[in-house]
Amino acid sequence: MSAAASTATSPLASWDRDPVLTVEHLTMRFGGLVAVSDLSFNVGRGDITALIGPNGAGKTTVFNCCTGFYKPTEGRIVMRHGPGQQKEAVDAVTASGLRYRAANDGSVYLLERMPDFEISEKAKVARTFQNIRLFGGMTVLENLLVAQHNVLMVASGYTIGGIFGLPTYRKAQAKAVEKAVYWLEHVNLIDRADDPAGDLPYGDQRRLEIARAMCTDPMLLCLDEPAAGLNPRESAQLNELLQFIRNSGTSVLLIEHDMGVVMEISDHIVVLDYGVKISDGDADFVKSDPKVIAAYLGVDDEAEIDIPEVRQEVGAVIEKAGKKGAGTSLHLPEAEKGGKG
Amino acid sequence: MAAPTVTAPSRQDTNSFAASVKDAAIAGALTGVLGFFFLALRTEIAPGGLEVSTRWGVWIVAILIVFAGRLLLNLFVFKTDKPVTRYFSTGKSSASPRLPWLGRALGIFLFLVATVLPFLIIALFPAQQRQFIDLAILIMTYVMLGWGLNIVVGLAGLLDLGYVAFYAVGAYSFALLSTHFEFIGFWTALPLAGMLAAFWGLILGFPVLRLRGDYLAIVTLAFGEIIRIVLLNWYDFTGGPNGISGIPKPTFLGMDFSRGDDGVAAFLGIEYSTIHRFIYLYYIIFLLAIITNLVTMRLRKLPVGRAWEALREDEIACRSLGINTTNTKLTAFAIGAMFGGFAGSFFATRQGFISPESFTFLESAIILAIVVLGGLGSQIGVVIASVVMIGGIELLRNIGFLSQIFGPDFDPVQYRMLIFGLAMVGIMVWKPRGLVTTREPTAVLKEKKRIGADMVAQGEGH
Repeated sequence: MSAAASTATSPLASWDRDPVLTVEHLTMRFGGLVAVSDLSFNVGRGDITALIGPNGAGKTTVFNCCTGFYKPTEGRIVMRHGPGQQKEAVDAVTASGLRYRAANDGSVYLLERMPDFEISEKAKVARTFQNIRLFGGMTVLENLLVAQHNVLMVASGYTIGGIFGLPTYRKAQAKAVEKAVYWLEHVNLIDRADDPAGDLPYGDQRRLEIARAMCTDPMLLCLDEPAAGLNPRESAQLNELLQFIRNSGTSVLLIEHDMGVVMEISDHIVVLDYGVKISDGDADFVKSDPKVIAAYLGVDDEAEIDIPEVRQEVGAVIEKAGKKGAGTSLHLPEAEKGGKG
Repeated sequence: MAAPTVTAPSRQDTNSFAASVKDAAIAGALTGVLGFFFLALRTEIAPGGLEVSTRWGVWIVAILIVFAGRLLLNLFVFKTDKPVTRYFSTGKSSASPRLPWLGRALGIFLFLVATVLPFLIIALFPAQQRQFIDLAILIMTYVMLGWGLNIVVGLAGLLDLGYVAFYAVGAYSFALLSTHFEFIGFWTALPLAGMLAAFWGLILGFPVLRLRGDYLAIVTLAFGEIIRIVLLNWYDFTGGPNGISGIPKPTFLGMDFSRGDDGVAAFLGIEYSTIHRFIYLYYIIFLLAIITNLVTMRLRKLPVGRAWEALREDEIACRSLGINTTNTKLTAFAIGAMFGGFAGSFFATRQGFISPESFTFLESAIILAIVVLGGLGSQIGVVIASVVMIGGIELLRNIGFLSQIFGPDFDPVQYRMLIFGLAMVGIMVWKPRGLVTTREPTAVLKEKKRIGADMVAQGEGH
């Protein structure tokens, strides 16, 4: 089922050859409710990967698992800083019981074992939130400085050097402001740097949250519905910004409902429905996949019977979920609420 | 389209006085009706039944008071475009400061006054110098405690109802160390007391890390009580309710403030006076408070201080940015507790005697009230609130003229908590976010804009 698209063109798709993030057999249960069931996919290095699906498909749950806000019930999530699959290194770290292995040639991080703040600090995975979470009472500039906390903390000698005003800290602070200014210029907020973040209009807050996440120097940026509530012009600006981020060396994983954004900029699309992956490939492949069309547009009973692939697939999924003791709620509408996380 | 909305207030303006008088007259008439049976008529038991007497004077005075009061309220508050209460109310605009220089100017002024305060008092009130310097010491102690608690409550947004526990730990640390070990004086015990209090801050910090809101407040409250009750019951170690006495006074470069030849007065070649020791105590607490303030101001501009404020704004966002919220909360508790410990050991040396009675919940409540009243996170607000609250309570002891109005039995001190409560209610109605409601940004790119309180989150437990 994985990499159905890639089989058509080459033996391995680019995201399978050089994945920055690998999600393997991820299952997340909330009591009896299975929000995500045995999900596996890769996020390619230097790609923009979109995670799409109808409401309640479990996309945000996947995000929360990848960024440490939930502990997955089962599965492995691997973040790699070095190139390639690094199979031996990943298996070695998994067997060792450690959370990560940092090395010059390629660090490997098992995100399901790491607490949330460490995922951002060490594994370099940054995220934004569906409902924007800015520090509203702090200025735009301060928001971006808070994001550079760990770098500044070291420079301030864990506060002790900073209290005595050592020059290393002052230099680091100037550098941090420089970086903040760099990102403010890229998100067009430089004129509002000294305004409280809570005062900004909605679209600006979305861009500021992305800038704040970028100030943590991430290898992978996870965006939860970045285009929600944006007008078409702002959406176009967002596309440009995301492409700029990708070109500057950060891989992007995004959840999005705006198909204009998704189809235009994504290199790779993963489609979820009821916590199960139903399609995985590039934009053209996903667009024409009958299962995706069925999930998004809905099919009546006759039509469903007309597409044997769908029937087969759905049957297999139900069977699989049943075997796992997932309960029968998998395909009931209640699943939508829990899946949203 | 805008024309009617513009003309409406001006039409109202021309009639506002007449309307005010009419409204006040209605209120007066209502008082007359309602008060007729209560004020104007009075029944007294007389031989052979009740006798009705009249008190027209009282009735008319009541009507006039209501009329005048209502008229004044109408003219200045209810029926005017520029109510006087606008000066008290919180501004709607978030980033447009009224009088931005005021805070800084006031801070410098208060600092200058505080540096020469003992001599000012000696010059102005030679008869009451000891009493007033003592009051200044007390106020300054609360300023320091307020600044210490401000780190936990104002910056990190963690509501701490048991702050007095650290004050107690500091006081008992110094008292026990100095009574058990001859060589430990105030200046050696001070850092030890601070460290011990910080250690207790960490111990309190651990269990409350996962708690939010009301639960956090309850656990900190319980912690404060635990410390007090342990001090009360651990008779062998702390002396229980008898407390500890004979705590040494602070020395100046190893010299006592005594009459003898090795005293400070003899060393400086001035005539001995008991007031010297009070002046010295004042400068000790002044120095400690200033250190607290400077360190806090510095910390705010360091990553740890920004992390505290970010934690107050949004803990989940903090975690997504790689901030270890556990450590951040613990540092806030520990540093806040450390300053509480310093203040505690000063308290012990000033009193010379401590007992668990000095560390009741009321103390915590007063310190928290100072912080809340001053405005969460505001340093100058804490100073004003301390002067008003502590100074205000003491001032009530000196109001002689009130007993001329209310009779010789009237003791204003008895009413101090009532007045205090009323003042708190009044301030919370008009300035719900405290006296100083703006937040100063810690980093500025081009132009410093103060941030209105409506933007700033209050953190956990508020």
